[in-house]
Amino acid sequence: MSRPEPVQQVKHRRDLALKTLVDAVPYAGFLGIVFERHGDELTAVLPYDDKLIGNPVLPALHGGVIASFLEVAAIIELSWAMLWDELESGRLRPEEMAANLPRLPKTIDFTVDYLRTGLPRDGYARARVNRSGRRYASVHVEAWQDNRARLFAQATGHFLMPQRADG
Amino acid sequence: MTETSPQEFINALPFARALGMRLDSIGGGRAEISMAWDARFVGDPATGVIHGGAVSALMDTCGGAAVMSYPGALTTATIDLRIDYMRAATPGQRITARAECYHVTRRVAFVRATAHDEDSDNPVATATGAFTFDRKEST
Repeated sequence: MSRPEPVQQVKHRRDLALKTLVDAVPYAGFLGIVFERHGDELTAVLPYDDKLIGNPVLPALHGGVIASFLEVAAIIELSWAMLWDELESGRLRPEEMAANLPRLPKTIDFTVDYLRTGLPRDGYARARVNRSGRRYASVHVEAWQDNRARLFAQATGHFLMPQRADG
Repeated sequence: MTETSPQEFINALPFARALGMRLDSIGGGRAEISMAWDARFVGDPATGVIHGGAVSALMDTCGGAAVMSYPGALTTATIDLRIDYMRAATPGQRITARAECYHVTRRVAFVRATAHDEDSDNPVATATGAFTFDRKEST
């Protein structure tokens, strides 16, 4: 039986793959969205910035910022889930990802439920892939600010999966 | 609380400014708002297509503006918004959203919207949404 892979090597491989995936989406960078990872679990983080405000009187985050945050979180989660097995098996090498970026899922539809005003502070989101077939996927996303149980928005989206070489 | 005209409504939104949105027309529960293609708003680097979230932001802003231009509207906020993406917007082309507030109740406004690039016959996306509707006091 072979020895398990050293932990730092595992972390480096996963972190590099995630960073390459996220860095390739200019709009995620424009909004300032970053991802935190624990094992295969991702949390999208939207650090507060003045430009994200929609209602300066309250003040509140723009509904479009919230929709964008949730859609970015959904697409990255779905792509991450799609690549995970290839990454873990060694078929996909993160060092080679930047030069040969994987095709991303395409949004078919996206429905956002605005539950509470988005406060002028950091936001967090976690997406769950409820169904992922060869062609279509359904993803649910929840977003919160101060309290995990008090969501300020949630969304469901359907996506067209890219055709992968190995089918 | 001061009243806000629809023109000021969009000018006063920092995120609408950040995306470079332009109010093209507004009135009577309808609005048209557009934004230029920008490399910073791209969602898929392989194609240069604008991220769906940026199109959502345009649709949401346009829907809110349409509600604000409905007679008697005071303030509004999005309750829910569904976007259907019909096709990728052509990179480099301006995206224009048109929204119509087609029905209001005492507290809710119903909106539908479409977005297109320079090919105005083939929508890039359509949207439907419900918005809160707060009326001016009729004294």
